[in-house]
Amino acid sequence: MKCSEFLQELTNYLDGVMDERTKAELEDHLAWCHNCYVVCDTTKKTIEIYRDSQLYELPEDLRGRLRAAIMAKCQRKKAGPQSV
Amino acid sequence: MNAIQPRVGEPVIPEMELVQAAKRGDVAAFEDLVRRYDRNVFRIAQHITQNREDAEDVVQDAFLKAYENLEQFQGQSKFYTWLVRIAVNEALMKLRKRRPERTVSLDEEVKTEDDSLPREVADWSPNPEQQYTQAELRDILTRTIQGLPPGFRTVFVLRDVEGLSTEETAEALDLSIPAVKSRLLRARLQLRERLSRYFQKRESGDGNK
Ligand SMILES: [Zn+2]
Repeated sequence: MKCSEFLQELTNYLDGVMDERTKAELEDHLAWCHNCYVVCDTTKKTIEIYRDSQLYELPEDLRGRLRAAIMAKCQRKKAGPQSV
Repeated sequence: MNAIQPRVGEPVIPEMELVQAAKRGDVAAFEDLVRRYDRNVFRIAQHITQNREDAEDVVQDAFLKAYENLEQFQGQSKFYTWLVRIAVNEALMKLRKRRPERTVSLDEEVKTEDDSLPREVADWSPNPEQQYTQAELRDILTRTIQGLPPGFRTVFVLRDVEGLSTEETAEALDLSIPAVKSRLLRARLQLRERLSRYFQKRESGDGNK
């Protein structure tokens, strides 16, 4: 297996969707190719860091205001004519 | 067929029951759906529009549109996937308005083939995020993901941040499964490449930035 082939399979490998044979081939490649090992490991860390990052959390006060606005509009829709 | 599994100790009303109630005119049931997903919609909208005000509008518009079109939701997919699809479209419209000079599309293909090929292959320090304060880290992560084309960062956010499956992401973005997979791979590799600048192990000296 070449490094380019390994890269093509990286996403499937990280997501754990592949057959046993392909998985074994990839792990064999990882065992001797340090570059792919590092790329694989740091890609995994990239995903984890973003997953745990809590970017763009919705602040509670804003959340309340948005919800109130949404619900007011929904009530109006419900009360109003069935058009639009 | 129905795969709703309520978590133990958490009496969760199944999503479809809330949707059915909302369809019958129960506004409180719809409010429950808003509570359930407003944070996710806000996050997705911020990632796509990169603008706080736009994201606030998207949250309102997406939920309102969902409410108005509830009848059309037939339950073939999860309500959340359907809602995300609406929200993504609203967010892309906002983005197009702000950047009329650039075509904004989820279909855009990136010209060069090797933009995702790894160049930085130095190992990272064991806990790279701890080299930075929370605020610094947030700034790094935000700027890095903002550098990706919208079609890439949207796929990454839905799959890796929000945890949608490949199939759900494809459905929400109206893309084929191979297209989602190839974008996800390139998004992940590009983010990794860019983050390497900040998180690499420093060979000489200590962790001075
Ligand atoms: Zn390799």
